[in-house]
Amino acid sequence: MTAAVLEIDDALATYDPVMGLEVHVELNTKSKMFCGCPTEFGAPPNTQTCPVCLGLPGALPVVNAKAVESAIKIGLALNCEIAEWCRFARKNYFYPDMPKNFQTSQYDEPIAFNGWTEVVVDGETYRIEIERAHMEEDTGKSTHVGGATGRIHGASHSLVDYNRAGIPLIEIVTKTIEVPPAKAAAVARAYVSMLRDLLFALGVSDVRMDQGSLRCDANVSLKPHGSTVLGTRTETKNVNSFRSVERAVTYEITRQAAVLSSGGKILQETRHWHEDTGITTSGREKSDADDYRYFPEPDLVPVAPSREWVEELRATLPEAPSVRRARLQEDWGFTDLEMRDVINGNALEPIVATIELGVTPAAAKKWWLGELARSANESGHDLDALGVGPAEVAEVQKLVDDGTLNDKIARQVFEGLLAGEGTPAEIIEKRGLALVSDDSALLEAIDRAIAANPDVVEKVNSGKPAAAGALIGAVMKDMRGQADAAKVRQLLNEKLGI
Amino acid sequence: MPSITREEVAHLARLARIELSDDELDHLAPQLDQIITLVGQVSQVAADDIPPTSHALPLTNVMRADENVPCLTPEQALSGAPAAEEQRFRVPRILEED
Amino acid sequence: MSDLTRKTAAELAELMTSGQASSVEITQAHLDRIAAVDGDVHAFLHVDTEGALAQAKAVDGKRAAGEQLSPLAGVPLALKDVLTQEGVPTTAGSKILEGWKPPYDSTVVKRLKAAGIVILGKTNMDEFAMGSSTENSAYGTTHNPWDLNRIPGGSGGGSSAAISAYEAPLAIGTDTGGSIRQPGAFTGTVGVKPTYGGTSRYGLIALASSLDTPGPCARTTLDAALLHEAIAGYDPMDSTSINQPVPAVVEAARNGDVAGLRIGVVKELGGEGYQPGVEARFHEAVELLTKLGAEVVEVSCPHFEYALPAYYLILPSEASSNLAKFDAMRYGLRVGDDGTNSAETVTSLSREAGFGAEVKRRIILGTHALSSGYYDAYYGQAQKVRTLIARDFAKAYEQVDVLVSPATPTTAFAIGDRIDDPIAMYKNDLCTIPSNLAGNAAASFPCGLADEDGLPVGFHVMAPVMRDDLLYTVGAALESALAEQWGGVLMTKAPELEVTR
Ligand SMILES: [Zn+2]
Repeated sequence: MTAAVLEIDDALATYDPVMGLEVHVELNTKSKMFCGCPTEFGAPPNTQTCPVCLGLPGALPVVNAKAVESAIKIGLALNCEIAEWCRFARKNYFYPDMPKNFQTSQYDEPIAFNGWTEVVVDGETYRIEIERAHMEEDTGKSTHVGGATGRIHGASHSLVDYNRAGIPLIEIVTKTIEVPPAKAAAVARAYVSMLRDLLFALGVSDVRMDQGSLRCDANVSLKPHGSTVLGTRTETKNVNSFRSVERAVTYEITRQAAVLSSGGKILQETRHWHEDTGITTSGREKSDADDYRYFPEPDLVPVAPSREWVEELRATLPEAPSVRRARLQEDWGFTDLEMRDVINGNALEPIVATIELGVTPAAAKKWWLGELARSANESGHDLDALGVGPAEVAEVQKLVDDGTLNDKIARQVFEGLLAGEGTPAEIIEKRGLALVSDDSALLEAIDRAIAANPDVVEKVNSGKPAAAGALIGAVMKDMRGQADAAKVRQLLNEKLGI
Repeated sequence: MPSITREEVAHLARLARIELSDDELDHLAPQLDQIITLVGQVSQVAADDIPPTSHALPLTNVMRADENVPCLTPEQALSGAPAAEEQRFRVPRILEED
Repeated sequence: MSDLTRKTAAELAELMTSGQASSVEITQAHLDRIAAVDGDVHAFLHVDTEGALAQAKAVDGKRAAGEQLSPLAGVPLALKDVLTQEGVPTTAGSKILEGWKPPYDSTVVKRLKAAGIVILGKTNMDEFAMGSSTENSAYGTTHNPWDLNRIPGGSGGGSSAAISAYEAPLAIGTDTGGSIRQPGAFTGTVGVKPTYGGTSRYGLIALASSLDTPGPCARTTLDAALLHEAIAGYDPMDSTSINQPVPAVVEAARNGDVAGLRIGVVKELGGEGYQPGVEARFHEAVELLTKLGAEVVEVSCPHFEYALPAYYLILPSEASSNLAKFDAMRYGLRVGDDGTNSAETVTSLSREAGFGAEVKRRIILGTHALSSGYYDAYYGQAQKVRTLIARDFAKAYEQVDVLVSPATPTTAFAIGDRIDDPIAMYKNDLCTIPSNLAGNAAASFPCGLADEDGLPVGFHVMAPVMRDDLLYTVGAALESALAEQWGGVLMTKAPELEVTR
């Protein structure tokens, strides 16, 4: 059953959303959290397993020091306190993709806690309180067979690959996010986007939402204006792009508002976000079967990071995102408005990377906020999941700089890149896109233009050189745009003797 | 008043994923009641300010370097599987999403 | 040559070093003995004839090539079925693992193999080591070689019975609450629980992670020490492993000098509920040690009375979680996969069919003890009681070097006697459990036969953490003094088993 939804404005006219976000980050360590298996994405099924991460009888975990280091760095970057002593705990529940039928996680003793961070939405800065960041392990992956389009419902059986089982995860949990109701969804998106940038800068994760190395669960409940009683909350899972964070939160607000307005009750449940249809559907209702029976993991000993180690790691942290943004804006000479567009467009990191490859800030911004942002918007992808990265942008811009392409043709090259037609060189070749630099071809076109426009030539000859622009236009048209306009002007001027 | 009822035992069996028969429940509930009475004696010990012990020596920070070691081959990994397909563990349909 | 199966491991090693016997001959003699008596004893769940002979041949080859070999190279051993050995069936005594062949070696097995010790096969045990009699094995009860109508103790009854029946000179056991020491006591053999963390748990199918400890079983103190030395030591694959040198156990077993050693008799472990024959042999042994120059005092460990309840909270709690992995998805028994049942149902049906009564009992108990609302009162409180017990030990060790008690309140009981009385069964381990909770080293050494039933009595020694050597000091002293009285070790008094061919 699809619940009816209210318009967002109507929903917010009656209710205030209460929101919390849980973000799972897969670390980019070489080996898993508790064993030496590799963590490569996309390896053939069950080729990255061992007795430990398969949960074979007798196997025992040993903590990956690098994962602890990354957890501490993340905690520090989120202004958290770092525990002087903490433990792992077992979270007991049965699920076929979890080899031991408990997840080794942290419970009441997280490694990092009580932090905060800031996000910027429409020029306003919002503070987000961080409850905790703790270490845990990922599960395997199930493929559901025999049902419709790989869904779990209606499947006849499932196939499980444990390559992902045991990859280190950091779960970052916010406290209740308190922002103006109308900003909630946008702040949620900005928060996840900011985390992505932060984690990328820390170098602790690939932070690829499309590959699941950054995953967001959104807890949403509503309370009537002025009420202090919290409503029943739902936990929406599977929110796997920045855009869908915003959409899913908005959807849950409007759905819950519709249920409450018609006198219904919100069930405490997990819900699943569907990117294609833009709705959430009911997953699993919370029940007394959710008694996870946490207890300290007896196969592991406590982690007690020395203060020296913590300070050493603090010294390696990159500058805070807000400081960095200010520095970059100054370096690039962008206006506040331009910078806001960059941030809101999630284009900061791609632009930084593109500039590092030798492109001017203006050109980098032009492509990322123009052609590429438009495509991302249309396809519903995040910018970093387009298949066109800083390297391609830099390559195309280089061709513009050396006169092989102009902006107009470059746009067609991007079109080809986005359609997966190959490298820029291949696309230029296939589509026949390069500027004509052959003088004789251009001269012929100039001759044709002169012959076809005697009135213009006369104007030029009568002392109005500006009129030559019309001839350039005619030549460019004749060349179907594949000519360097500056070159055309130069040749024409020579021809006309001006 | 027993320290644990038949219904509670049935609930625990569901949590522990064991499909106990009625006979087993009849038999197990009174036995567990006895055992729980025995183990309940721990509550007689005043230990509020006593830290818990879990290891003979108080070890901390046992960690390994982030290095790869050889994995099992997929054949080894799947060697004990009740059913396998496409180099994956084949399991019956899963009722609920995680 | 006299029967090779009657030799100690040290003697066998000497025979091989001096070229009087080969490992293949010795191994074959034990395989023959197994074929002859194991029908009655049922110590083994799996005999790896080919693997054992191949290992023996390899050792003989190395010896012939003049390679430097470790002290026990070529000596056969029986391995408790709770430790993984690559390619060899490993069941932990449970139906749920029937036919499972692990794709990896436990650390103990790796070390045995590295030492050239020949693994004859896997021994019977209570299912997942839950029990004190082997009656909870899914594959039938092991019989005590001293009286086939009696249980051999448990959970490692198979390992102790195997050495007691001369099917192997050495065996590996695992001790969670007494599973090495109690069967040792019941079969007139030596059983040692090393310091927790002194031997690796990697590849030991976990019962209770914070208590499980692999250790040696043998007919003599020196053999136990030699085996102890071969398997002990730091293992980076086990996070709870202690990164310190192995205590000098072999040296202690060779010296066995208790002159000046301060021995504390634990007041709380004796009296009511203890069989008279057990108490009599125990006190004689204490007197003997006094005569050998030890200083004996009585000490009190007031919190030991809470050890049993604490243990029966901690063990089931950890076990309920450790055994969750047996879900019929990746290995082991799968029941009810008929194409309509869900994974959830198949897991429940498989666990119902694959686990025995005691395992279910403890899983349910542990699930209860960890559930929300009960954790603090049960698991949390039990961990605090552990601290109090460890403090009792620490206080006692300020006065004495080792503590002693009977290993068990009674001698081996009749098969079937306590099978449906869990609490009576649990009380078997009253004396052994405190050392598991505190993690210190402990052992049982034979100290005679009870007058009323003629069955072996075990003398229990408890030493501080990483002072496992003190166990062997006391064991060796007692063993040589008693052997002088008896004209040989206690095992020489065991009745001959009927040999079937
Ligand atoms: Zn692994």
